[in-house]
Amino acid sequence: MPLFSASGISKSFAGVQALKGVSFELREGEVHALIGENGAGKSTLIQVMTGALTPDSGTLTLNGHLLTHHSPAHSRALGIAVVYQQPALFPHLTVAENIALSLESAGMWRRIDWRARVTRANQLLERAGAAIRPGRLVATLSMPEQQIVEIAKAIGADAKVLILDEPTASLTGRELDSLFRVIASLRGDGVGIVYISHRLEEISTIADRVTVLRDGQTIDTRKVSEVDRAELIRLMVGREVSAIFPKRQVLAGDDVPLGGVVLETRGLSSRAAGIRDVSLAVRSGEILGLAGLVGSGRTQLAETLFGLTPADGGEILLRGQAVRIHSPAGAIGLHMGYVPEDRRQHGVVLDLPIAANTSLACLPAVSRRGMIDNVRERRLARGYVEQLRIKTGSIYAETGSLSGGNQQKVALARWLAIHPTVLILDEPTQGVDVGSKSEIHRIMIDLAEQGVAIVMISSELPEILGMSDRIAVMHAGAVAGVLSREEATQHNIMHLALGGAAA
Amino acid sequence: MSHHRREISLVAAILALSAVLAIVAPGFFAIGNLRDLLMANMPVLIVALGMTLVILTGQIDISVGSQFAICSVAAGVFAKLGLPTPAAGAAACLAGAIMGSINGVLVAYARIPAIVVTLAVMVALRDGLRWITQGAWVQDLPQSFQWFGASQSASEFVTIGVATILLASAGWGLRNLAAGRAVYATGSNENAARLAGIDPSRVVFCVFALTGALTGCAALFNAVRFNQVPSNAGLGLEMQVIAAVIVGGTSVTGGRGTVAGTLLGVILLGMIGPALTFLGINAYWERAIQGGIILAAVAIDAVGQAGSLRPAVSRPT
Repeated sequence: MPLFSASGISKSFAGVQALKGVSFELREGEVHALIGENGAGKSTLIQVMTGALTPDSGTLTLNGHLLTHHSPAHSRALGIAVVYQQPALFPHLTVAENIALSLESAGMWRRIDWRARVTRANQLLERAGAAIRPGRLVATLSMPEQQIVEIAKAIGADAKVLILDEPTASLTGRELDSLFRVIASLRGDGVGIVYISHRLEEISTIADRVTVLRDGQTIDTRKVSEVDRAELIRLMVGREVSAIFPKRQVLAGDDVPLGGVVLETRGLSSRAAGIRDVSLAVRSGEILGLAGLVGSGRTQLAETLFGLTPADGGEILLRGQAVRIHSPAGAIGLHMGYVPEDRRQHGVVLDLPIAANTSLACLPAVSRRGMIDNVRERRLARGYVEQLRIKTGSIYAETGSLSGGNQQKVALARWLAIHPTVLILDEPTQGVDVGSKSEIHRIMIDLAEQGVAIVMISSELPEILGMSDRIAVMHAGAVAGVLSREEATQHNIMHLALGGAAA
Repeated sequence: MSHHRREISLVAAILALSAVLAIVAPGFFAIGNLRDLLMANMPVLIVALGMTLVILTGQIDISVGSQFAICSVAAGVFAKLGLPTPAAGAAACLAGAIMGSINGVLVAYARIPAIVVTLAVMVALRDGLRWITQGAWVQDLPQSFQWFGASQSASEFVTIGVATILLASAGWGLRNLAAGRAVYATGSNENAARLAGIDPSRVVFCVFALTGALTGCAALFNAVRFNQVPSNAGLGLEMQVIAAVIVGGTSVTGGRGTVAGTLLGVILLGMIGPALTFLGINAYWERAIQGGIILAAVAIDAVGQAGSLRPAVSRPT
């Protein structure tokens, strides 16, 4: 008997069928991966499982009992817990208070036993595999630490079913290992774990079975040991994706011809950004991968290059000329583009139409005598919608209405529109479905072929290894080493990222 | 931006109210009454144009009423000093621009929340003015001040003309100038705007300064309607203006809204008070009904957001 099952679940929103007869079953002590492209129905299925949405048809069972009138409170009481990609904690309360808030249920006027709270928090955090002081404010925690707190809450709630929604999107190396250890220990305790991730490598490491959703339907459930990566991708996209990381595979041994050095830094330092003595060079047509753990200074380096954080030492050279970049506007004037890590917060303006987002960094180019020329703007936006295959009904649709992958393409379009000579991409495919991911990689290679110098920050080692011509590994705000394509292996990169000396 | 639902429902509300008035109290539509109504609301409209920009950038300015009082008194004092009325008007606009700039610097560069800055400025200016004037009105204005020294009709014609030009420029500029885009982008996502090369601090500073200048302009057109300037002019103006902008569909969190909506908001809220009098309802109800309309407008926004495809807390599928 499965621990939890969903069968024949259908759900539609305003005529759009999000789930069409989805079935899914979770056994005790199993890690069951749930994968699918963005929009495949994973979120909707989770919301049905937690009672946040009532399905139009179909049944849910827990331990063989039919669940009727399912609600979030009900599902929590039954031990179904979710850890979302974006932790939902109270930033101005301490870790212990956050944990207590979800676990203590006594009345409003009860006196708080602070010591018990802290003890409890300590125990739970320890089981969740992290040494976080319970007295710390959540606002001071890193994203991975916040996720650990969420997991601690789930453990404290005595979860029987734990749903992890892309828990590793912001994790790297050591944090990943520690999360996997926690998952393994929970599995040993008989907890059923639903594991959602875009990273297929992780699934083969941690999961027992995998269910693939596509277009709101269950495509298949397989044992992880009996299915390979290519097969999973085929099931997810319904077509063969021959090259996920095409630069290396397509062009192995036949490099994009590299031109002269376009962007160079000499001893670049910034106290405000926490980077020191960074010396790097990127050539025309080259993709320089920037690897390192979260917090190693990769994004801060990008922000310093783009004029968001002032540099206080060293110099930046563009085609051999020393330049001073004080603001993003200055960087844009030098034909530098920057696609930031957090698409929704920084990358695109969700309320603005696609057309306005595309032209935002190059308004003078679509203006005539200071007036925005609607015809030019439309032509620009249509061109990029077509070139980047952005899926939308209209270029005047709000950008927020697009899927994550398509929003990311809009962010890219904005920078292509300034005809960049240097393009900095920070986690360009994070939270993007497999199909869009491969398209974004294809766009990057096209740009490299046109002679753009590309700096790509990524926490996903296969992406770094597959796409980069050279890889600079950062550790604690400095470049720990630069690896050529031949030298680069997961092992070498992690060695440098963790502070090891260059070989 | 592309849907004009709010504008359409405002037009419907205005038409409905007009229809009721046409049947119950046709006297409302007497030329004299409409003319009074129009002129009384011109200052509200002009200030509301600036407020629309401020709220579009996600800020608020509650000091416009106090700025209005200072600009009114300044215009009167300068006129008494012998400045020609247009020059006195320019001085009033300049005074407004300076006060707006102070707000702008404190909000945009010192990064103090707009509600705190403009609340402090509101109180400081209002009470500073009271202290300086000792509550006295500016009287014995030169002949050339009232109605700009011309006929009432000519003066009103100029006022309406200027307001129309300002309205059209604001509407056109928001749509067609890069500066307009910068206002929407700043209000809807400051971080993304900064990365796209826009300087959000400059945008915020400019909308505050512009609002101050527009307030000065509104104060002048209001002051010339009378032969003396009260030192408590513009009391409660900020509420009328903010209410009109919000009822007009501009999102209080910034990034969404149109000048056309603001115009309709001014018309609807401006009609309510006199309409009540004509309908024989106690005028004390005016504020309550205006409050109800504001709540309704904000509630519609909230429900609309909740029902949209974009959840308040976003997570990918």
